[in-house]
Amino acid sequence: MKRKLWEILLLLGLLCAVLCGCKDGSAAKTPEDESGSNEPAAQPSEARANEITVGIAQDLDESLDPHKAVAAGTKEVMFNVFEGLMKPTPDGDLIPAVAEKYEISDDQLTYTFTIREGVTFHNGAPVTAEDVGESLARCKNADEPGVLGVEAFSNIQHMETADSRSISITLGEPDSEFLSYLTTAILPAGYDGQDTAPVGTGPFKFVSRAAQDSIVLERFDGYWGEPAYLDKVTFKIIENADSILMSLQSGAVDLFAHLTSTQVAQLGNEFNIEEGTMNLVQAMYLNNAVAPFDDVRVRQALCYAIDRQQILDLAFDGYGSLIGSSMYPAFGKYFDDSLTNYYPYDVEKAKALLADAGYPDGFSMTITVPSNYQPHLDTAQVIVEQLKQVGIAAEILPVTWESWLNDTYIGRQFQTTVVGVDASTMTARALLERFTSTAGNNFINYNNAEYDAFFQEAITAADDAAQTAAYKQAEANLTENAANVYIQDLADLVAIRKGLTGVRFYPIYVLDLSGIRYAA
Amino acid sequence: MKRGNGFFIAGLALTGLLAALILLGFFWTPYDPNAMAAGPKFDGPSLAHWMGTDNFGRDIFSRVLKGAGTTASIALATLAIGAVCGCLAGALTGYFGGPVDELLMRLNDALTAFPSILLALVVISILEPGKKRNVILALGLVFIPSFARVSRTAFASLREVNYIKSARLMGASSPRILAVHMLPNTAPVLLPALTIGFNNAVLAEASMSFLGIGVTPPDASLGYMLSEAQGMLFAAPWYAAGTGLVIVWMVFGVGLIGEGLRRRDREVL
Repeated sequence: MKRKLWEILLLLGLLCAVLCGCKDGSAAKTPEDESGSNEPAAQPSEARANEITVGIAQDLDESLDPHKAVAAGTKEVMFNVFEGLMKPTPDGDLIPAVAEKYEISDDQLTYTFTIREGVTFHNGAPVTAEDVGESLARCKNADEPGVLGVEAFSNIQHMETADSRSISITLGEPDSEFLSYLTTAILPAGYDGQDTAPVGTGPFKFVSRAAQDSIVLERFDGYWGEPAYLDKVTFKIIENADSILMSLQSGAVDLFAHLTSTQVAQLGNEFNIEEGTMNLVQAMYLNNAVAPFDDVRVRQALCYAIDRQQILDLAFDGYGSLIGSSMYPAFGKYFDDSLTNYYPYDVEKAKALLADAGYPDGFSMTITVPSNYQPHLDTAQVIVEQLKQVGIAAEILPVTWESWLNDTYIGRQFQTTVVGVDASTMTARALLERFTSTAGNNFINYNNAEYDAFFQEAITAADDAAQTAAYKQAEANLTENAANVYIQDLADLVAIRKGLTGVRFYPIYVLDLSGIRYAA
Repeated sequence: MKRGNGFFIAGLALTGLLAALILLGFFWTPYDPNAMAAGPKFDGPSLAHWMGTDNFGRDIFSRVLKGAGTTASIALATLAIGAVCGCLAGALTGYFGGPVDELLMRLNDALTAFPSILLALVVISILEPGKKRNVILALGLVFIPSFARVSRTAFASLREVNYIKSARLMGASSPRILAVHMLPNTAPVLLPALTIGFNNAVLAEASMSFLGIGVTPPDASLGYMLSEAQGMLFAAPWYAAGTGLVIVWMVFGVGLIGEGLRRRDREVL
């Protein structure tokens, strides 16, 4: 029996040796291995079909009807199949799509659309004013089971089709954002198969779907605009995060969006990484109503004490764009880059401000983080380390998304929290209104009369230039008073196989495939 | 006798070495375990960083030392709760029997009916996740039934033994009989159960933290580190390997001790 024990020990020793060997070897070999073994795999694809496979991390909604779509992931894919009267562009503008042109009456109440000539549905039928009217009415009434109403359409008083190519919409009250809701998909009237066999007017048409597995789209040759380059796109559902890398490296998938920098770092050299932005304001939001964060010097000290570039370097491999106020770069004219470095990293200044505020030895605080968001958790970890330098002992409090919404966001029971805030519509108002002292969603309890005045000035401004200037003053007010510790707009990383180009980023959450093509 | 000791000594050596390392970790680690950019990111094992570095450039060896300490202390505290409460329940039910026995054992059955990790999850979510204390409480609760069952059998089997009967006739009080006459004699059953329990507790802590409901970042525990390592299996395979090896080491060492104890006692009996 003693021998048996020795055998076991020997075996264990061998196992250790083997494992150690693996550790050392794999570190050095990984890059070579990949390029070596993948080179031959890339060769046969030279005689490739004009098609790609796109990986997506979750299955689509049960129904593919665009008026019933709930998940952002569904809208992201079906953006290629459906269009509305208007369509967003990568720059954040709206251009006419199914409509050719529109006129707005002087009283801002009547919109008259002329439907583009030659726009046909994927089933070959031309788009008529009747289709448009019925599609809009469907979203206005929302009385069909599953159809989600569009709130802004309740403002529609009356719709009238003058002939088959023109429709006029009369509103009850002027609404300067009304056009942005007309991206609602136009569907053929009287067709009831949208749930399983959707028909739209987009550059791609729906071919088939296998639940939990894949969705196949093909180019629609009758598209009115610039046709898509690819003949066929297969969306492959890969829910397991560990399989994402494998599927890319094995060649099963050519394109994958919303990757993490860690995943990207492991991809190897077969892919190009395109970097867009997530369009959100990631910050350490501070509860301005509780001590010690009610003291502007403490808030400013936090801004000086946090090295944002190091956060990007450590937690995001350098990806992401720094911001200095509640506005991200995709907003173009509203974004004021001069605020970005208003608080350079300066430990001494932070300590001096803290001492000034009566906290020469720092204090303890908690950072509430919704734990389902790894990027925010990673950011918080770096912040905890950085705050140690100025004597602040920060502790991370991971909570579920539901409890974050209820207690932190709605209940406002928190000290600080690291999250990203996005804009519900493409307007500066969507980002800035929440900091007015009476806003219901002012979860940081920001209360600044000057800010309220700037905001009021902005929303009542007569012309665009004055409005932009007022919004920028409001942004500067947030920065100067250190309302929050603004960090970054996260990077949206898209891996695309080398040889493919044409990724277009939008200020909204979509994956436009019409521009993707094999380089000549 | 001999072969039992072989297992025992090997286990003791492995566990002792690890315990010494963990103890060292409480006072000194090569780097601050939470310090970021202690080295380059994703640096493989080297002389400067014995187990390499992770995605924040933190020294994995330092984190493993600290994390093993966290995991071991959670496991020990869990074990203490489970064993003390379990033995108490087992002793009472095993010795006295009757309605108390029925009641406690049915309660025990009810607890056993839930998958243990699921039960711990429920307890933690009620208590508020992210606190070490709550992880210990939840796991401790989950560990009570198995100890109760084992010790009940041991105490029940001793109840009708002659020396216990004699003690009872001599007028010894029940607490005295339980503590002085019975408890030492249940050791052959309880000690191996303790070692198995410890190993289960280590693995339970690891799985809880792996699922993201154990310790809070940036603090390290072996399970949490393993879940971090999972996402970078290709970029830093040494992370998962190093952390996993320490878990194996811990469980294997204590497992050997348990096996040694079991064999020794089997020969004695």
